[in-house]
Amino acid sequence: MGSETRAHRPVAGAELPPLEIPITRTLIVAGAIASRDYQDVHHDAELARQKGSPDVFMNILTTNGLVGRYITDHFGPSAVLRKVAIRLGAPNYPGDTMVLTGRVEEVDGDTATVRVVGANAIGRHVTGTVTVSVPAPSAVSDGEAAS
Amino acid sequence: MSAEVSEGVDELGARLKAYEGRAAAVAGVGKDPVNAPMIRHWCEAMGDTSKAYRGPGAIAPPTMLQVWTMGGLSGHEGRTDAYDELLGLLDESGCTSVVATDCEQEYPRPLRPGDEVTFDAVIESVSDRKTTKLGTGYFVTTRMDVRVGGELAGTHRFRILKYAPARRKSQAERPRRPRPVVNRDTAGFWEGVAQHRLLIQRCTGCGTLRHPWLPGCNACGCLDWDTVEASGEGTVYSYVVMHHPPFPAFEPPYAVGLIELAEGVRMVSNVVGVPYDKVRIGLPVRVEFRGYEDEEGALVLPVFRVVEGEG
Repeated sequence: MGSETRAHRPVAGAELPPLEIPITRTLIVAGAIASRDYQDVHHDAELARQKGSPDVFMNILTTNGLVGRYITDHFGPSAVLRKVAIRLGAPNYPGDTMVLTGRVEEVDGDTATVRVVGANAIGRHVTGTVTVSVPAPSAVSDGEAAS
Repeated sequence: MSAEVSEGVDELGARLKAYEGRAAAVAGVGKDPVNAPMIRHWCEAMGDTSKAYRGPGAIAPPTMLQVWTMGGLSGHEGRTDAYDELLGLLDESGCTSVVATDCEQEYPRPLRPGDEVTFDAVIESVSDRKTTKLGTGYFVTTRMDVRVGGELAGTHRFRILKYAPARRKSQAERPRRPRPVVNRDTAGFWEGVAQHRLLIQRCTGCGTLRHPWLPGCNACGCLDWDTVEASGEGTVYSYVVMHHPPFPAFEPPYAVGLIELAEGVRMVSNVVGVPYDKVRIGLPVRVEFRGYEDEEGALVLPVFRVVEGEG
């Protein structure tokens, strides 16, 4: 059963299916608080406006978490993140939608480098590179993969 | 205030560069051990349903790395004075806004519930002054090592932009800095300031020094006087922190100091070089002549910078 959800082996040049993330106020605030980031611009629209932002916006830790999730959703729970490097551009404001896309740039044994872009209505919210190891199915016991 | 970061020689930049290589956090300890509830809350927020993060043998999502080091609402333990100073300098120069721009993490070892993290961070670099869509400011990059029982579990390079928001409208709306009252009794003092000299009045009758400037001597009543140039050294004799009511030209909170000059007279001024909440009685300070510019023109004021290595 588990093997069905982690069927994707990295192949250089392969595109990952896009993942749409609706940017709700709830996601922004929940992400900020779950990451213990109490900067007012991530939960208080009035103070965000005073600082020149039109609204609250997503914090970098949430973006980081979503990028990580995008990769492990695709490669399955046995995939191991080795490195996540992201750069932020256009902010994620409430009401927008971010579409994450990815492309496997390079594969070296079990380890792949995936280029990730998260685009919203304003532009590119995030660009980044994720290095992920995806053990070959034989290397993972069924119990571990499916538990 | 933001005019300071958008014009002229980048004196501030040079001061900021001096912080490169200094520690930003030393022997920080995570406020909570890695734990299942925080992992679950994070996964709920992210919509992450991976099996790797729950049940026996669960690991924490690697991208949570920074979470275990966050100060939350109770403050950043382990953060160094150097890092606070650096941010304070930026705040003071009008770079009061902050946005994270880059995050690069490596995960040599997974974190599991029960792990207690410690962390050390260094100020890796401070950029030259940059003008971005958001405003003008500086990129500050820190690099943190996160350990469990001494073993490296993650590295975390983090870049923020500290900037003065580019808001033309509110810039124009910002009230002008109040001007000193200059009259025939005080003109000499302000002429000195314009030449970056801090002049103290001295009674030629009894030799008593006085400040602020007055027509006559409080000690002997003599009306004759000359001046001596102050060395510029002093200490904070007393201070207040202004929170409320806000004064239109200034952004609270800020510290107002009563500075006792080495020569013995006292004057009211700003204490700069430390955050407002780090000003203390007895802090050694030195005069600095600071230029301000607004619609009304240029203005030079004596302010007092905390002497290096103090605060």
